[in-house]
Amino acid sequence: MEHNQAIAHAIEVGWLWLIPAFPLFGSAINAFFGARLQKAYGKRVNHAIAIGAMVLSCVVAEVAFWKMIAAEPGHRFFENHLWTMWHSGALDVQLGFGLDPLGMVMTMIVTHVATLIHVYSMGYMSDEPAYWRFFMWLNLFVFSMLLLVMGSNFVVMFFGWEGVGLCSYGLIGFWYEDMEKAKAAMKAFVVNRFGDFGFIIGLFILFWSLSGRWEVPTNQYVPERGLAGVVRGTEPSRPRLSRSGVRLGPTMEFRELRNQVADESTGMAERLKEMTFWGFPVLALVCILFFVGAAGKSAQIPLYVWLPDAMAGPTPVSALIHAATMVTAGVYMVARLNFLYALSPAAMTVVAVVGCLTAIFAASIGFFQYDIKKVLAYSTVSQLGFMFIGVGVGAYWAGIFHLMTHAFFKACLFLGSGSVILACHHEQDMRKMGGLREYTPITRWTYLAACLSIAGFPIAAGFYSKDEILWKAFTAQGLLAPWMGPAIYLVGTVAALGTSFYMFRSYFMTFTGKYRGGEGHEMKESEEDPHAVAAHQHADVASHSRHAVAALEATAASVPHEHADPHGAAPVHHDAHAHGGVPHESPKSMTYVLIALAFAAVVAGFIFGWPAAWGGHGPMLEHFLAPSLPGQELVPFAHQSHATEIFFQFMGGILVAGAGCFAAWALYHDNKSTVPARLKAMFPWTWSLVFNKYYVDEIYGATVVRGSLLFSRVLYWLDQNVIDAIVNFMALLGRTVAYIDAAIDKYIVDGAVNGLGNLTWNSGRALRRIQTGHIQTYLYGALGGAIVFVIIQYVIR
Amino acid sequence: MTSIGLPHFLIVGAALFALGMVTVVTRRNAVGILMGVELILNAANVNFIAFNHYVEGPGKITGQVFSIFVIVLAAAEAAIGLAIVLAIYQTFRTIDVQETDLLRQ
Repeated sequence: MEHNQAIAHAIEVGWLWLIPAFPLFGSAINAFFGARLQKAYGKRVNHAIAIGAMVLSCVVAEVAFWKMIAAEPGHRFFENHLWTMWHSGALDVQLGFGLDPLGMVMTMIVTHVATLIHVYSMGYMSDEPAYWRFFMWLNLFVFSMLLLVMGSNFVVMFFGWEGVGLCSYGLIGFWYEDMEKAKAAMKAFVVNRFGDFGFIIGLFILFWSLSGRWEVPTNQYVPERGLAGVVRGTEPSRPRLSRSGVRLGPTMEFRELRNQVADESTGMAERLKEMTFWGFPVLALVCILFFVGAAGKSAQIPLYVWLPDAMAGPTPVSALIHAATMVTAGVYMVARLNFLYALSPAAMTVVAVVGCLTAIFAASIGFFQYDIKKVLAYSTVSQLGFMFIGVGVGAYWAGIFHLMTHAFFKACLFLGSGSVILACHHEQDMRKMGGLREYTPITRWTYLAACLSIAGFPIAAGFYSKDEILWKAFTAQGLLAPWMGPAIYLVGTVAALGTSFYMFRSYFMTFTGKYRGGEGHEMKESEEDPHAVAAHQHADVASHSRHAVAALEATAASVPHEHADPHGAAPVHHDAHAHGGVPHESPKSMTYVLIALAFAAVVAGFIFGWPAAWGGHGPMLEHFLAPSLPGQELVPFAHQSHATEIFFQFMGGILVAGAGCFAAWALYHDNKSTVPARLKAMFPWTWSLVFNKYYVDEIYGATVVRGSLLFSRVLYWLDQNVIDAIVNFMALLGRTVAYIDAAIDKYIVDGAVNGLGNLTWNSGRALRRIQTGHIQTYLYGALGGAIVFVIIQYVIR
Repeated sequence: MTSIGLPHFLIVGAALFALGMVTVVTRRNAVGILMGVELILNAANVNFIAFNHYVEGPGKITGQVFSIFVIVLAAAEAAIGLAIVLAIYQTFRTIDVQETDLLRQ
């Protein structure tokens, strides 16, 4: 690489701050005046404010996008520094926004998908009494997410990182009167904190490794010797520049860090590679710690447990936060730090392997879930695993590409499921759906399009992104061992097969067959499909404890079923929709959004990701993102012919997707097949293991949660018996001293004062007698005095 | 026997003063007190005259002049004193000085 190309030059664009500012203002208005506005003018005002803010933000993002398209590829780094937040030694941390091609793609996804989901929420949440609060949180979330993706340095990114966690908490627990939902919110927040801890420790170590040391007597910053040779100037106030003009020294700015690492003349890349921290290679340590943060936010093993529970939130929230945007923050961060990850094969391997395991693990859980949103949640976890495979093997653009297509199809699926849930009167259990294609045609077609996309049928977007990831994994050579790439490919392909199966299972269970909702149907349905019986007992042992698959009854009854309750998870807060009745299509504001997202889910693939193997100049998105991803150049890939690639694409795409789809069709299309029940009876232990999500929640409950509760109890005991004893003893000591002091004060100090007062008073009383007011008395005195004088005169003489 | 000298006059003066003093101190009647004051003043007059004669010598009149002044002043003082006694009487309906102790308050 040429030095000049390695360096990213920024263009200052003064209005970038407007993009996150609009949602912030919208949120502030709804936060402070929302309740009053809603009461005075109705709900229209609340969503008009929120959606208006989003549209404005979108428009500004569009303007920035076209400005970026017009700029030279090497100059597509827009920055906007507002003010210095703090200054410490040679480090300046500014409130700065930056848009490079990577940030631009994310910003476009976030603003546009968020706008669509705001519009959708208008219909979905129309019965909600705390309408203003919902839009307040939603806008605040978009603001935080934009901080995250647009922050030009780690600090602003971290603000956004924490902000989205907060908003996620507020929105999962939106119906906080329900204990289960409040718990889910708490769980999401706590698990995310684990990840954030990794993030911030990684940040500290990275900062430590970037900087030099402080010269004690002169109090000056001195870069490490490896950097000192190319530094110009020695004054601490003047920025040190390398030969190619890159500012050196500690930095929080992504662009400066990127330049320092990417530009060879700084020597930073070599220095980081050689550096160790307590014996660990610092680069691998930093990257893995960052990945811990990413795993928390993006729900990877072992921190994925919060995401399925997060489905307790309103469905638009699940679509926006827990599918399209927030959970992809981890992928974005890894891609953002691609220049670091590319230098550390160990870190890349960790990312790719964890992603790969998550993909297959979550996909397998998705097989047997009955709650439509739970299926989608595990699907999200699985797809995030695919993204991490992409960014792990070094195909950063492919990970981002999958992020983008996933944002479209998963938002479409979630909003479709929201439409279904609304149609079935807040029923989320797929066993009580079925046959909805007749009642909700638009939802059905958009859901089908998104299913095709996620399953990876050609033409639809998921095909391009998923096969690009798998193909890159197959040819990856940047990992620790050469056999790892193909192994990841194999596991990923199996996960893709699973994806296709469970997504079409949810489609067939929901939209084909006969409608099974409404009163009186449940009994009959249980008889028809024994598959459902065990889970019914999960949900409601009292009313359905009848004949069942005998082998399962014992296991099912003994299984904790906190998530299997189909009623508890439904957002039932108003009695306008009673159970039963005919399903109905959603209002237009919702179906139009579905159509827009389904359209994007189909066409985004070949527009942005037309594979190089099919001719042409290669994917448009790859070229666009190239300036942001210098790490991509550093990772080697095996060279294979286009024919091989096309062969693998069709293997992975058509064959795998088709097989999964066919299996789902055979088992679930009319809901009459007995094969699932028989399979279940054959492998009861496997079934209950997978149905209960491998008991991971229980294991966490028994180890982490119980352990920390035990620890807290020990601390409580210590607090009660040791700390309190010390405190009480000190208090006793203090009281005793105070008693003594009070006695001294009372009897000695006060005694002296009162004694003096009494003396004066009494002597005054005594002397007053002399003052009779009779002149004759005084004359007696005068005479007596005179006589005494005379006598004394005689005596003394 | 020696002739009458200065000490005799002084003894008469002292006796007059003592009588006046006793009157002033012991009398309860305000008019009586005024009388006692007159006695004291006249004791002083006796001393003036005696000292003028025996110390200054015959022909000198300094002591006599002082005595005249004292007599005039005594008249004026008696007038003022009686006026005060009258005022006291009007206020207290008595001229007993033991009763008139308002200033003590």
